[in-house]
Order: sequence, then structure tokens, then C-alpha cells
Amino acid sequence: MTITKQTAPPAPGKAASVVPETPLLAGGEHRLTQLEALESEAIHIVREVVAEFERPVLLFSGGKDSVVMLHLAVKAFWPGPVPFPVMHVDTGHNFPEVLEYRDATVARLGLRLVVVKVQDYIDDGRLRERADGTRNPLQTQPLLDGIAENRFDSVFGGGRRDEEKARAKERVLSLRDEFGQWDPRSQRPELWNLYNGRHRPGEHVRVFPLSNWTELDVWRYIAAERIELPSLYYAHERPVFVRDGMFLADGPYSPVPEGEELVVRQVRYRTVGDMSCTGAVLSDAVDVDGVIREVAASRLTERGATRADDRLSEAAMEDRKREGYF
Amino acid sequence: MSTLLRLATAGSVDDGKSTLVGRLLYDSKSVLTDQLDAVERVSRNRGLDVADLALLTDGLRAEREQGITIDVAYRYFATANRSFILADCPGHVQYTRNTVTGASTADAVVLLVDARKGLLEQTSRHLAVASLLRVPHVIVAVNKIDLVGYDHSVFAAVSAQVEHAARALGLPDVRTVPVSALIGDNIVDRSNRTSWYDGPSLLELLEQLPSAEDPAKEAFRFPVQVVIRPQAAAHDEAYRDYRGYAGQIAAGLVKVGDPVVVLPSGTSTRIAGIDTADGELAEAFAPQSVTIRLTDDVDVARGDLVAAAQDAPVPTQDIEGTICWLAERELRPGQRVLLKHTTRTVQAVVRDIVGRLDLDSAELGAAESLGLNDIGRVRLRLASPVVAEPYLTSRRTGAFLLIDAHDGNTLAAGMVGDALAEVRHPEQQPLQYTI
Repeated sequence: MTITKQTAPPAPGKAASVVPETPLLAGGEHRLTQLEALESEAIHIVREVVAEFERPVLLFSGGKDSVVMLHLAVKAFWPGPVPFPVMHVDTGHNFPEVLEYRDATVARLGLRLVVVKVQDYIDDGRLRERADGTRNPLQTQPLLDGIAENRFDSVFGGGRRDEEKARAKERVLSLRDEFGQWDPRSQRPELWNLYNGRHRPGEHVRVFPLSNWTELDVWRYIAAERIELPSLYYAHERPVFVRDGMFLADGPYSPVPEGEELVVRQVRYRTVGDMSCTGAVLSDAVDVDGVIREVAASRLTERGATRADDRLSEAAMEDRKREGYF
Repeated sequence: MSTLLRLATAGSVDDGKSTLVGRLLYDSKSVLTDQLDAVERVSRNRGLDVADLALLTDGLRAEREQGITIDVAYRYFATANRSFILADCPGHVQYTRNTVTGASTADAVVLLVDARKGLLEQTSRHLAVASLLRVPHVIVAVNKIDLVGYDHSVFAAVSAQVEHAARALGLPDVRTVPVSALIGDNIVDRSNRTSWYDGPSLLELLEQLPSAEDPAKEAFRFPVQVVIRPQAAAHDEAYRDYRGYAGQIAAGLVKVGDPVVVLPSGTSTRIAGIDTADGELAEAFAPQSVTIRLTDDVDVARGDLVAAAQDAPVPTQDIEGTICWLAERELRPGQRVLLKHTTRTVQAVVRDIVGRLDLDSAELGAAESLGLNDIGRVRLRLASPVVAEPYLTSRRTGAFLLIDAHDGNTLAAGMVGDALAEVRHPEQQPLQYTI
């Protein structure tokens, strides 16, 4: 008989000496708080996928949802390493601080990073730049090629059902056919916590461990776990101009339109995407508590407030998802 | 701190379910301005004077084009003390499949009844499904109370019908609330138009429901998901020899030092430690995700179940269970399928079909086959043992899926044991499965 003696290790992403002021386990006698329940569910999902699939990958953009997802993966396999690589579909229209954050995180955790670049597709003619200059819709083909070339059979995405109406009908494990298409009318029923990830060769499964989280849950979790984010999620001064009621950053991919004036405003980003179509909101929230107050009081969804690509039509997201988008 | 409650809604055609869900989201301020603007815009385009709150929940192109709801949608709303995950199950197309899916994870079902129509056949079926799936709480919202002039006698009559049906089905906790989803009576705030009703509003009721059974009352069950053995890849030198079993506690509570048994092998050992990335725990309970260490160097793999030693279930290769058939293709005796139970998937063959459940009479009738949305009882022979328990004892370790080995589709939702016994004869003990 062997008894292994071990002591509590430092938690991932946190300094060893820091004791959280609001420990997650505060739900009372044998009751989980909402965040604890969501964390446990997500960790269960991540472990199921690693156990049942050959080649998982996690989509990591440096956006807050992918950061939380990666944090959960670290916790799920502690004290072992995260047993899969991460992939970034690079639009070429990046916020520099987000790319820095991506690379620092990948280095800190010793992960393998796969990058597929929209720019490569534009350079060799496989994709053409859109008239509006936005590259979010162009990500689908590089994403699907990246999945196929690396033979990934399961792809973790940070999508949440509260984001958008089409996503509200998405499964936690969602089958994609050989063309990467989503068919909302023939989804498998998902019962109890028994996830059915069986698929045929060429098909893959998208996995959404944060399905049941809301934007506010994500922020509260970031606060409770003291997760570091790219700085642009917090209020900062930035030269911006107004387009369609959104504040767009001045940059090489989003030139200031004729007749518009560049002004310095204190802003923050609620989502991180293609710099040319991701808008900032005016904000005083310089820290995570400030953001939570702001999100709780906001009367606009994060996509409605900051994503030009989702304003194209009532079913813009469903149409992109059908084609294989995130 | 806020707790989480999982809800499922069910109802028949035109009973105002989408309106109720829209109302709950709207009145709890979970609908944001841009979403509401979109609803108002579409409502105007359709020539409606008021915003059709049903449009908040019908999101797919086909749904909006055809004016129907085609799939379970998940909604989120919160009050100061509680967050809700709501599985919105459409009533008319594939109602059994959708309601079973929604009810499988639900702590409570909210069932809509039109006050003018009373309990319909479909309402009884939904109650039967809630009973089969062992949903702990059922709330019947008696809707359109405004259309019967807020008449107490109408509400009393429907309540009596519900109570009668609930008793026959052995449902443990069923409550009725008079509401008008359209106007908002008794949804969030108590209405002064139903002065004869002194109970809570629907939202107050949802806030007060206990979220789960106390895990301390249940026996410990832990299906192993993954073995964590970092070896040279450990975050820290100290964990090179670490060996832990990761999983989500399916039932009960466990403490360091507790005697346990690893199934199906039957090896006895003890809990040496309960780990999380945040540190060691002295005890853990369902539904926490943890990693446990055992005192002995025993053979443990994915699919094994670690259970409390004094009350361990018995592995079996023969299962008799109630299934909801979810596939277009019929089920016939002799068919080979995969059975997924906790973290173990095994081959199975359908020995025979014991019968089909008539949801209206809650009686089992003879059947040669089961078709889409049928609920029936089957006997299955498994290629290797699973550690299944009656669903009546444990929702997590009593549930299984049947899967098509060829195309991977989910064929059926299954519940071990005679879940129907509870429906037909609530006083009787369920039959035990054979070993």
C-alpha cells in the first residue's frame, strides 16, 4: 500500500500567496454557488472531450471567453499540462496588445499554438477582401482548413448561448459535417450530462463549455479567479472615430473616413475581434469590478453594442454558423 | 451568493408559452434594448400593434419564416439571489423528444395551461414525462386568467384537475399559479386582480424552490472521466508521481479517509485526497468536479465508478429500462446499439420490447416496435458490465443513452429500472433490475 503525501499547489494563473477574498466555495452547506456550478459543468465537459476524442484543439484569440475557457482547461487537468494545442484564426486586423497577450499566455503555459492567417488566403487569391474591409466573415475558410489540415476532431469554442438567438439553440457538443456546416434542424438531443460526440471520418465536433454562461458570469468569474486579460478590456484613452454609432479605433485597417474627426475618448472593448469592425464603448471601468458594474447596468448586448458584422441582418449569425463559423 | 436553478418549460400549442418566457425575460430585465428594438421592428413589419414577445425566443430563420419553434432553446435570466437556465421546449413538433431533453437536466418544470381549456391530453403527457424524468418540482402556470375574468372558480377547478393528475403520477411537488403572461399578472409581481390568490408570483416561487437535494443524504458516486498522471510534464517537480482520478461527483458526498469501492472490479480502498486546482478539500459533494487520490495502488480507468463502500451498486450486464425513442427509424428486438452510461460506453443488444407506455392512461401496452417519440420498456443485454442503478435512486447513475454505432446519432434516452412503476403505482417499490 502506498500513501502519497501531497500539499496544496498554487492555483493556475494566480500567485501562490494570494488567498481569494471571496472563495468560490461560498455556496453554503453542500450547495454550489452559480459560478461554482458553471465551473464544474465546464470542467466536466472539457474532460469528457479529452477522454473521448483523439485530437482536440482550443480556439484561442485572446478574447475574454477564450481566456476563461483556457483557464478552465488548465484547472481541469491540474497538476498535469493542458493536453491539447490552441489555434488562432488571425484576421491580420489585430489589436497589438491582444497578440502580445496571446503569445505571453501560450509561452507561460507551454502550449503549442497553431495560427492560420486570413492574410495568407488574401495574398494567394483564395479569399478576396470584402468591400467593407471587414475580415470576420473571411475567417471561416481558414478555420475549416486549419481543422482539416491538423486533423482536429473536436474544437473548443467560447460561444455562449446568451450571445445571440441562433446560438441559443446550439448544443454543447455540436456536430459539423465534412464541409463544416451546422444544420440547426437536425441536431442531436442532448440529455442529462451524457454528451454524444460520435462522428464519422471528416466530420468534427464543436464544443462549447461556456454554453450556459452569460456575459456577466464570465466577468464575475474573471474577478473571482483573478484572471488577467488583455488591457483593452478596461477603460483607457484611445483616439477613435464614430461609425454607425460605434467608436472605432484609429489604425491601419480602419482609416478615418473622409469628413470624420479623430477624437480621444476613454473607452473599453466588450468583445475583441477584427479591429476594423469591433467597436469600443465609452467607459469609466478601469478594473474588473468597474466592468461588472457596467455590464450589469448595460442595456445593450455585447454584440449589439460592438459588432458591425452582427448588424448585417436578423440572421447574420445563423448564416455564418451554417457555413462553419465559430 | 447566487445559486443556479435549471428550468424547463412545456406547454401545448397556443397556450402562450413563448409569451410567458418573453415576459419572464422582459420583466426580470434580461432583455436588452437592442434585442427589444429588433422584436419591435419585426412586429411592426408584420403589422402588429404591440411587440410580440414570442419573437424574443424564436431565433432561427425557419422559425421566423414559419412562425413556429423548432428546437429547444436555452435562455438565461437572473434575480438578485438566483440565476436561471431555462430550456424552452416547443410544444407541438416532437414535443416528447423536446420535453424529455429539457426535463432531463431540470430542477423544475414550468407547465403552461390555458385557463379556458383546463388540463388537456398533452398537459397530462407533459406531467407524465416530468414524473418519468423525476423532475423534483412542477409549477403549473394557469395562463390567460384575464380571459376568464380573473374568476377564482376557474382557477380552483384547474388546480383540482392538476392535483388529481399529479397524485396519480406520483409527482412529489406540484404547485399552481394563476397568471396572465400577456398582461403580466403574477409573473414577477403579485397581481391585485387576483385578490383571492394569496400565494407567490411565478418568479417568487422560482426564487424560493430548493435547488437540489442535500447531497449528504445520497450515497457517494463518482464516475471516473480521466486519469491524471502528469509524469515529466507536471507543472511542478513535486507532482511527477501524481496519480489522480478526475471526474464530476454524480451523487452524494465524500470525505478524505472514506472507504470506497472501485467498480466494476470491486476493489476496496480509501480516499487519500480530494484535489482541485485551487487546493485540497476535506470533503466534496455533487456536482463538484474534483480529482481524487486513492490510498492503494489500484487499477482505475475511465468508465470505472468509485462508490461509497457501504452502499455500493452492483455491476450488471442486463438492464431493464424505460426509454424514450428519439429516432425516425423504428426500434425492434434484436437490434444492436451502443449504450452510454456515465463515462462508459458498451455494446448492447435489445433483447425484447416489454411494452409501450400510453401516456394518457399511464399504462403499459404490448408493442412489437417503438417509433419516434414512443416511450416504452425494453430489456437490454450488454457486452460488458455497467454500474447502473435504478433511475429512481439516482438520476445521474440511472440514466443512459442508446447510440447508433453506424452514424453516431442519439437513438434514445433511457432510465434504468421500472420508472413506469412509479408512474402507475406510486405506492409500490420499483422492480430491481436483474444481475
